[in-house]
Amino acid sequence: MTKLHKLSGRFLGLIIASGLSATASAQMTINGAGATFPYPIYSKWFDEYAKVDPSVRFNYQSIGSGGGQKQIIAQTVDFGASDGPMSDENLAKAPGKILHIPTVAGADVVTYNLPGSPALKFDADAITGIFLGQIKKWNDPKIAALNAGASLPDQEIVVVHRSDGSGTTYIWTDYLSKISAEWKQKVGTNTSVNWPTGLGGKGNEGVAGQVKQTPGAIGYVELIYAIQNKMPYADVKNSAGKFVKPSVESITAAMATAQIPEDFRFSMTNAPGNDSYPIAGATWLLVYEQQKDAAKGKKLVEFLKWALTKGEDMAKNLDYAPLPADLRERVLKRVDEIKM
Amino acid sequence: MPIAVAPERPAVRSTIDRMAPPSGLGDKVFKWFTLAMALAVVALVFLVGWQLARGSSLAIHRFGFHFLATSTWDPVAEQFGALPFIYGTAVSSLIALIIAVPLSIATAVYLTELAPLWIRQPIVSLIEMLAAIPSVILGLWGIFVMIPWLRDHPFPFLKKIFGWTPFFSGPIYGVSMLAGGIIIAVMILPIITSVSREILRSVPNLQREAAYALGATRWEVTRIAVLSYAKKGLFGAVILGLGRALGETMAVTMVIGNTPQIRASLFAPGYTLASVIANEFTEATTDVYLQALFEIGLVLFGITILANLLAQLLLKTMGSTIKSGAVQ
Repeated sequence: MTKLHKLSGRFLGLIIASGLSATASAQMTINGAGATFPYPIYSKWFDEYAKVDPSVRFNYQSIGSGGGQKQIIAQTVDFGASDGPMSDENLAKAPGKILHIPTVAGADVVTYNLPGSPALKFDADAITGIFLGQIKKWNDPKIAALNAGASLPDQEIVVVHRSDGSGTTYIWTDYLSKISAEWKQKVGTNTSVNWPTGLGGKGNEGVAGQVKQTPGAIGYVELIYAIQNKMPYADVKNSAGKFVKPSVESITAAMATAQIPEDFRFSMTNAPGNDSYPIAGATWLLVYEQQKDAAKGKKLVEFLKWALTKGEDMAKNLDYAPLPADLRERVLKRVDEIKM
Repeated sequence: MPIAVAPERPAVRSTIDRMAPPSGLGDKVFKWFTLAMALAVVALVFLVGWQLARGSSLAIHRFGFHFLATSTWDPVAEQFGALPFIYGTAVSSLIALIIAVPLSIATAVYLTELAPLWIRQPIVSLIEMLAAIPSVILGLWGIFVMIPWLRDHPFPFLKKIFGWTPFFSGPIYGVSMLAGGIIIAVMILPIITSVSREILRSVPNLQREAAYALGATRWEVTRIAVLSYAKKGLFGAVILGLGRALGETMAVTMVIGNTPQIRASLFAPGYTLASVIANEFTEATTDVYLQALFEIGLVLFGITILANLLAQLLLKTMGSTIKSGAVQ
C-alpha cells in the first residue's frame, strides 16, 4: 500500500510539474520597440524584472526612435520608445492619447583630437562657430580666450558629426538652436540635418573613429560612449555662465532645473542652474493612456512603477542619468492615470 | 570480388523499372513548377518596384523632377534632392570597377592559365574567404586601418603627382569618395574573380590547343583563344560586380564621409543612395521625410535596372563583334 501511495504521489508531482511548465510557456509577452540609446538599460531592466515578476516577459526591439513612434501609432507594439518627444502631427495620427514617460537621460560631449589631448573648455559661441564652419582654426581667438593654459596649434579644425539619424544629433542640434539664432534659422533641430560643414560618421563608433584618426578633428558623441572608450571631452559653459563637466550628476541637475510641462515632452538643453550640463536630453517610453488589453495594461503599469523606482537606481551603474526625485513623483502620478 | 560486381546490373534494372511509364505527366509538372518559380522571381522584382513607388508617391508628387535634379537634402525644412547621392553612387561604383576589373580578370587568368596546380586551390579559397567577410567588418577595418594609411601615404603621393587635375586636389581627410570606391573594389573583387575563373575554365581546351598548334605564344593563346572567346561571359561577371557595387551599403557608409555634395575631387567626402537610406531610415519621423527615403530606394532600383539593361544592349552589340572576330 505504501508503495502504491508513493507511486501515486510521484505521479501527482509529475502532473503538477507539467501543469506548471504549461503556465510558464503561456506567460504573457509585452512587446516594445524604438530607441537604441537606452537599449542597454532597458534590457537590464527587463532581465531584473523577470526575477520580480516571472509571469511576464518583455521583448524589446531597438529599431530606432522613428520606428518606435511608427509602431506605437500603428499599435503593433504594446509600448514604444523614443529619444525625442513625438511631434503634435504624429500624436494626432495615433488612435488614442499617447503618454510620454521619461525614463533616463544622457548627454552629448564634445570630443577632439589634439596633440597631448589638453583639457579644453567651450562656450556657446565657440561651438556654434565651429559647427557653422566660421571658426576654422584651432588657435582662433574665440577658442584661445576660453583655454588660456592650453597650447592650441595653428591647425585646421575638421568637424565630424553623426551621419545616421539619431537622438544624439537631436540633442546636439536642439542645443545649438537654443543658443544660436543663426543655427536655428539656417539648420534647425532634428535627428539629422543639413550640416553646414564637416564629415559624417555612422554611429557613435563612426564619429569616435574619425575623430581619433583625424588630427585636428572635433565631434560629439554620447557621454556613455566617451566614458567607456576613455575619450577626452570638454567642459561646456552653461546658461548660468559656469563651466560644467558632463557627468551623470550634472545631467540630473539639468533635468531638475529644466522647464517640464504636464505632458513631459520637454527639452532640457541649455537648462538654467549652476550645476546643469547644457547639452543633455531625456529618453521616453510611449504608452497609450487607454490600454486595450486590461491584463497586459496592468502588467505594463506595474513594470513602469518598478522601473521608475527600483529601475532608476540601476541607471547610474550603466552611466545613465536617473530622473530627479520630484520629477519621478510627477511621472509616477501620471502612470497611475493609465486606464485599463 | 565477382560478388561485388554482380549486383550492379540488377540495380540498373530496378532503376529503369522504377521509372514512370513515359506518360509525360512528370515532364509537364516539372515544366510548370520551374515556370512558376521563374515567374515568382519576376513578380518579386515588380512587387519591390511597385511597393517603392507606392511608398514614395507623396514625395514624387511633391518634388517631381526636382528630386533628381537638385542637391539640397534638408530634413528640417523638408527639402529633398537626390542628385549628390546619385552622383556618389555612380562615381564610387565607377572607381570600384576601374580598380577591381583588371585585378579580378588578371587573377582569374593567372589561376586558370598560368598558375602551378598546387597554388590554385589555396588562392581560390582565400578569395572566397574575402567574399565571406561581413560588410560591417570591412567598414571598421576601413576606418581604423585603411583610412589612416590612405591619408598618410597614397593620397599625398597622388596629390603630388596629379594635384594639378581637379580630381586629386583639395584637402585630404582620409574619408572620401576615393576611399569609398576602394572599399567597394575590395568587396566586388571576389565575385568578379570567381565568376571570371569559372568562365575561363569553361573555355574548351580545343581552343587553346588550336592556337598553340598555330605557333602562338602563351600570351597570344590567352589573348586570342581564351579571352576573346570568353569576352561575353567576362562582361557578365563585371555586370554582376557592378550590381553589387551599386547597392553596397555598410562598408561604404563608414568610409565615404557621408556629405551630400558634388565635388570633382576624389579626396572630398561624398554620399551614396544606399548609405543615406541606411543612415536615416530608422529615425525618420515625418511622412515626407520617410517618403523621400523611399524615393531614394526607387531611384537606386531604377539605376540598377538601367545598368542591367545597358549591359544587355552592350552585350548584344558585342555578340556581333565576337562573331566577326572569330572569323578572322
